[in-house]
Amino acid sequence: MAEKVIMLGNEAIARGAYEAGVKVSAAYPGTPSTEVSENLVQYKDSLYCEWAPNEKVATEVAIGASISGVRAMAAMKHVGLNVASDPLYTVSYMGVNGGLVLVVADDPGLYSSQNEQDTRMVARAACVPVLEPSDSQEAKDYMKLAFTLSEQFDRPFILRTTTRLAHSQGMVELCDREEPEIKPYVKNIQKTVMMPGMAKERHKEIEKRNLELAEAADTMPVNTVEMNDTKIGVITSGIPYQYVKEALPKASVLKLGMVNPLPEKLIREFASKVETLYIIEELNPVIEEQVKSWGIPAIGKEIFTIQGEYSANMIRKAILHEELNLMAPAEVPNRPPILCPGCPHRSVYYVLKKLKLHAAGDIGCYTLGAVAPLSVVDTCICMGASISSLHGMEKARGKEYIKDWVAVIGDSTFLHTGVNSLMNMVYNQATGTVMILDNSTTGMTGHQDHAATGNTLQGDPTWAIDIPGLCRAMGIKNVIEVNAFDIARLEQVVKEEVAKDEISVIITKTPCVLLDKSKKPLYRAISEKCKKCGMCMKPGCPAMTRNADGTIHIDDTMCTGCGLCENLCKFNAIEMVKAGDR
Amino acid sequence: MAVKSIMIVGVGGQGTLLTSRILGGLAMQGGYEVKLSEVHGMAQRGGSVVTFVRYGEKVAEPIVEEGQADVIIAFERLEALRYAHFLKKDGALIVNDWRIDPMPVVIGTAQYPEHILEDLAKEHKVYKVDATEEARKLGNPRVFNMIVLGIAAQHMDFSKEEWYQVIEHTVPPKTIEINKKAFDIGYTLK
Repeated sequence: MAEKVIMLGNEAIARGAYEAGVKVSAAYPGTPSTEVSENLVQYKDSLYCEWAPNEKVATEVAIGASISGVRAMAAMKHVGLNVASDPLYTVSYMGVNGGLVLVVADDPGLYSSQNEQDTRMVARAACVPVLEPSDSQEAKDYMKLAFTLSEQFDRPFILRTTTRLAHSQGMVELCDREEPEIKPYVKNIQKTVMMPGMAKERHKEIEKRNLELAEAADTMPVNTVEMNDTKIGVITSGIPYQYVKEALPKASVLKLGMVNPLPEKLIREFASKVETLYIIEELNPVIEEQVKSWGIPAIGKEIFTIQGEYSANMIRKAILHEELNLMAPAEVPNRPPILCPGCPHRSVYYVLKKLKLHAAGDIGCYTLGAVAPLSVVDTCICMGASISSLHGMEKARGKEYIKDWVAVIGDSTFLHTGVNSLMNMVYNQATGTVMILDNSTTGMTGHQDHAATGNTLQGDPTWAIDIPGLCRAMGIKNVIEVNAFDIARLEQVVKEEVAKDEISVIITKTPCVLLDKSKKPLYRAISEKCKKCGMCMKPGCPAMTRNADGTIHIDDTMCTGCGLCENLCKFNAIEMVKAGDR
Repeated sequence: MAVKSIMIVGVGGQGTLLTSRILGGLAMQGGYEVKLSEVHGMAQRGGSVVTFVRYGEKVAEPIVEEGQADVIIAFERLEALRYAHFLKKDGALIVNDWRIDPMPVVIGTAQYPEHILEDLAKEHKVYKVDATEEARKLGNPRVFNMIVLGIAAQHMDFSKEEWYQVIEHTVPPKTIEINKKAFDIGYTLK
């Protein structure tokens, strides 16, 4: 019997890619898709994988590899697909040479995202077929199937997952790697040069292919009917299938492994055999609206929400009207995510708050500077938007208006799309101040390398893009590097740069505390000297709490010895008790 | 065997993920089907974190629903309170008697609830341990989660040797001995 192991959904996807004989993979990290690439790299003897600066670049790398004749993929989160949608819509017209698969992870419930968009909507608009697995085994199997179908129907495929699947572990049976033959490259500009004349013909072609695929879907083994009691029939796919199995073990179920295009004939047949048809899908009513458009009566979003994750209890309540007699949850204070103890961003935000500045924010750990007690970040839109939205404010209200604003962006996000926004500021005579909070990693997603870290995904040393040099090369005169924990100098620099009628870039280059493996100092609060002024509490360090008498306690299991509190205390009531390497 | 549903709750950074993986490995070693659900990304940064482990002959969903947990392992008191309503009747609640103030408490906009363990004991079977202090005595406060897991092991269907085996496979090699010692403390705690 084949070896069985327990695998994260994303790990199983990587295994599927390996077994399918993938040769090239590119990705930009994004929760919940990051672990696909992190797991793929273990197979680097058989394939090539890289971190690209953004999802558009990653997708184009994969397209190029496919054109050259190998199986290729890119992985991203749902909002990453927005960045990659430019190549997506057109590669849909082109089709593939070697199989091409985009792994796209949606985030119902917004565990780590700025919106709850549904990738299936994008896929429908781009006319790209979508497979959707419901557990780790299927994640691996469907990945392989996606490559087979991609080549068979000459279509790029999307493998759609959600956070729950991507970050759940289940049993997976391992197989050997296939080594599909590299397809010859044959020059054919009708198929690979999308000028209007060619694209017009390709559009006809892909609509035809889509119909063929829809017809094939009627008998595709991943679209399965489980006939049981016919009182209740359910059409579902992905993780919600598992909730249906828990809640309605006696119901008849049509489980769709391919969610675009839909198998109309199969759905009509199934619908005709059941008394009441329910459609259970998280997020948008993508299946439901199509089924209803065919005149088939069904119940979906009338009783199910368009937001968040589903559960078996939710289905029991909505369909069986079961009284579940659940205990009410206790009323307890929230525990929102926070910047880690010793995070260099905290120090930067302390200074910005002191100077009463607003920050146009971006996507990363530093978005957490929006909440109390820091409350500095005023906006968070999408990758790179901090810089361009600050520019928009200036053009709307003038250069004086933005003298109490800065843009804050991380190093990885800056290289992702922020760099384009900065070019725009230079080109269009902006005077704003951009702060690049450079912690030498892609932090929030769990520490991935990027173009300025000096290491590749495969672990090879490489040229590290010089961020200050890049800014200077654009023509920016005021490029200043400051240590994030040097708050006196940082305060002075920010004051000066914001006041200037010129564009400035301030780079606070201090590594993420979680990456710094050196022995850390330890601080303690001396209650006899403490004046209870609360200065040290202002930055909101989670290692610090107040004792009942108002003095300060520093938790020795959490303190990482950044020294910010000692620096802020005017009464020498915080002292170092253990020196570190720094 | 009916499917067993276990939850591990705590604060991001406390090691809930590692603990759930140990449980998952154990159940798989025992020949069961296993599903685990984890939390990655933003929520991990000091936020409230919950992971689910389910095992049995056949497991469909990877999450534990409200009112269905056989065991909840809580690494912090407030988190025990937050998720206690997930327990089934007679389910076991194992709590590390430890307090980490969430940011609303730190900045004074919310109160950390008093008497959490006493209140929970009125409704549930509560097993408490000051595991952080016990682990500190062992020389590494970070292995507290293995002490809590040792108590949880008293409520599950695996032998001590099976636990040892999976601990050896999951924790960093240098920390195997101290982790096993920590596990023993919990396993023998009455």
